Amino acid sequence: MMKICGPKYALCGLVISVWGIFQLVLMGIFFYIRSVALVEDLPLDDKTFAKAEEFYMAADSGFTRNAYNCWIAACIYVLTFLFSGHQFYLNSRSSLSV
Amino acid sequence: MGSLFRSEEMTLCQLFLQSEAAYACVSELGELGLVQFRDLNPDVNAFQRKFVNEVRRCDEMERKLRYLEKEIKKDGIPMLDTGENPEAPQPREMIDLEATFEKLENELREVNQNAEALKRNFLELTELKHILRKTQVFFDEAEHGSVVSQMADPSREEEQVTLLGEEGLRAGGQALKLGFVAGVILRERIPAFERMLWRACRGNVFLRQAEIETPLEDPSTVSGDQVFKSVFIIFFQGDQLKTRVKKICEGFRATLYPCPEAPADRREMAMGVLTRIEDLNTVLGQTQDHRHRVLVAAAKNIKNWFIKVRKIKAIYHTLNLFNLDVTQKCLIAECWVPVLDIETIQLALRRGTERSGSSVPPILNRMETFEDPPTYNRTNKFTKGFQALIDAYGVASYREMNPAPYTIITFPFLFAVMFGDFGHGLIMFLFAGWMVLKEKPLAAQKSDNEIWNIFFGGRYIIFLMGVFSMYTGFIYNDVFSKSLNVFGTYWTVNYTRSDVINNRVLQLNPTTDYIQHPYPIGMDPVWQLSENKIIFLNSYKMKISIIFGVIHMLFGVIVGLFNHLYFKRRLNILCEFIPQIIFLVFLFFYMTSLMFIKWVKYAAIHPVYNPDVTTSSYCAPSVLITFINMVLFKSPTKLPPCDPYMYGGQYSLEKFLVIIGVLCIPWMLFAKPIMMMQERKKKHMQNLNSHGTENGDIDGSGVMQSQGQVPSHKEEEEEDMAEIFIHQGIHTIEYVLGSVSHTASYLRLWALSLAHAQLSEVLWNMVMKNGLTQEGWGGGIILWGIFAFWAVLTVGILVLMEGLSAFLHTLRLHWVEFQSKFYLGQGYSFTPFSFEIILDTAQATSEATD
Repeated sequence: MMKICGPKYALCGLVISVWGIFQLVLMGIFFYIRSVALVEDLPLDDKTFAKAEEFYMAADSGFTRNAYNCWIAACIYVLTFLFSGHQFYLNSRSSLSV
Repeated sequence: MGSLFRSEEMTLCQLFLQSEAAYACVSELGELGLVQFRDLNPDVNAFQRKFVNEVRRCDEMERKLRYLEKEIKKDGIPMLDTGENPEAPQPREMIDLEATFEKLENELREVNQNAEALKRNFLELTELKHILRKTQVFFDEAEHGSVVSQMADPSREEEQVTLLGEEGLRAGGQALKLGFVAGVILRERIPAFERMLWRACRGNVFLRQAEIETPLEDPSTVSGDQVFKSVFIIFFQGDQLKTRVKKICEGFRATLYPCPEAPADRREMAMGVLTRIEDLNTVLGQTQDHRHRVLVAAAKNIKNWFIKVRKIKAIYHTLNLFNLDVTQKCLIAECWVPVLDIETIQLALRRGTERSGSSVPPILNRMETFEDPPTYNRTNKFTKGFQALIDAYGVASYREMNPAPYTIITFPFLFAVMFGDFGHGLIMFLFAGWMVLKEKPLAAQKSDNEIWNIFFGGRYIIFLMGVFSMYTGFIYNDVFSKSLNVFGTYWTVNYTRSDVINNRVLQLNPTTDYIQHPYPIGMDPVWQLSENKIIFLNSYKMKISIIFGVIHMLFGVIVGLFNHLYFKRRLNILCEFIPQIIFLVFLFFYMTSLMFIKWVKYAAIHPVYNPDVTTSSYCAPSVLITFINMVLFKSPTKLPPCDPYMYGGQYSLEKFLVIIGVLCIPWMLFAKPIMMMQERKKKHMQNLNSHGTENGDIDGSGVMQSQGQVPSHKEEEEEDMAEIFIHQGIHTIEYVLGSVSHTASYLRLWALSLAHAQLSEVLWNMVMKNGLTQEGWGGGIILWGIFAFWAVLTVGILVLMEGLSAFLHTLRLHWVEFQSKFYLGQGYSFTPFSFEIILDTAQATSEATD
């Protein structure tokens, strides 16, 4: 694979990826166990509910979907991590050979 | 007392060094770096000192080394930095070094000169080559009637017609013999050149030009710039035009080359030029090789040489500060020395004497002096950053209490009160932790990036700030503005379903919905979701800000007591410290105790735990209003069934506190000057009495003299007294008004913490929420992008900018609110003669100029 980003971008990508993996996995777990603190981040604001059951249903599916979304994002960050790690390796190798 | 609390005890010493041993001894002291020499000949200018010659020789050596370094850098040869620290060489080695550098410099200069001459030669030949090649084309065109070029260039054709028209040729015959000059000119000058020729010669010359495709190296510039040039050839008729054309060429810095007219000659010349270029190329290669060899050899040692030369220079520079003994046999130096290190210094001196082979040991004896010694705080890598924060305000007066050790705790703590967020604290902690763990390799890199150096120098401060911010973030229960529900909330919801559905906002009643004992540590997580979170937090954060502030200021005043005790200023304790502390405790500390009473005594009404309505939160009086009423002696308005007082006898106690507190002001203002005046009067009386008895024995002239002296003395004293009064007045006003404004100033702890929490919440809601509230399953990819954006903003705005702002506010709280209570900061810092410092600064300046 060719070199796309410089050493600084690669490092930035690495740091954000590691951070993203940790935080998004944790947030996914918190969504999965239906943490009340994250209820504000569910897509419920512009909806009206006739019955309480409906609300619970919507919240429940929102929690599950957000949990999976977080984990999907975390998985993409694993890819980003591998990519920037590879770029970082290329950069460090080229800087050594000079 | 440990050395951390006060600056080191210093003493002025006189040092007698034997002339032969002086050099070695000073070199040893330089390695040690614990001695600050004083200039004993301040009125002798730099050129009249004893070792001026040596210093000059060192300067010369340094210049040569810098030249070498520049050449090495130009060739991109890596300089070996082994990090070793060679000792200062013996004075006799200096001659060897000088000879080496001289030889190297001369060699290099010669090589450079030769290379430059060769390059110039090479350039000329290449230009000539190009001229011959290009002009060949022109001539060929001319011979063949140049149909192609005329077709391609109709404007040219016209010129040619006027100049070389068939008629003219026929009519003029031999007289019309055309002359020409050929040369090379910078490409960007061509248009101007052409126009100039046209105008000056009235269109009677013919210019052809062609570009040289390859750039040529310009040997006249140092860096060997690449320039583009063009070949031109000018045809003209007659000698007048020739001189004119030549002048114009000269003016445009064009180089003219002889170009033979006959084609055969030209061909021959081209051949010759080609062979010469080849020869030159080999010679140039050899010159470059030689230069490279010389520089590589020099690069191995250059760092070492730099250190040696700088050390020698520093030693002679120091020796210049010394006094010569009358016998010329020994040098006398005066120096400030930490008392604890006298032994080590003596040891170093003995080592120096042994090394120089001298038999007479150097003598170091302490001197009495009235001068203020320099302030020397011994630091390690951990305390260094904190000491730097203090010294940035002002170097402590000699032996004054050093605020740095307390700052180690209070600084990160007050910072964290403003920066309370577990997540942001964690980022800071990880960054600083990485710097601390990788300390040695990072320090060895010696980056010249200023911002990085600031961060790296303060790595332990940032580390502690991160740790403390994690703690306060945990207490505030904020992680990127979200709360952690560790122990489960202690509130319950007892509303019915219809209540919840029909009302947009509901309030939880602490009587029924609260378990009646608090969340084990920090804020209850339920507050994160509540609408009235800010109102609740403001009251809490404002109170703790004032409590921390008053404790911090009280601590400052108490540190002042240790200063007075140490310097045995009994008068200051009686007339400053005691009223100050009474003023602060009776007014402001009392206010903080009101807060505690309020917290303990009042609670939500509850049938079991708190049945009395007078202690219910409904009846809780405002602390601020109570305090204002107290100062104004106003009795609070009674609202039945509440009791306006928090405890019995509050009104009379408050009255007493305020009266005593206010009485402290004249106490601070007048007591000290009056007591000083009385003391002086007493002394004066004694003096007069003694004068009287003395004068009885002496004749009249003596009496006259003493009488003449007394009034002037008195005047001076009165003036002095006025100054003391003014000074004391300023001091008192500053303290009294300061107590009020400084207490209020600590409210910045609340304000910044509020701002920080709100900003991080806004960032989450404006950015992160967009990624989380995606309806479909594609939200993961959107979240991926939005998270990166949020992360960058978090670091940029919340950690860096907010962190900087909280840092500056903390710094201010320490410099102004805390240190104004006890810190003079009028000392000057101890600058020892140390090779390490000298080498570091020399390197830093040399890098800065590059």
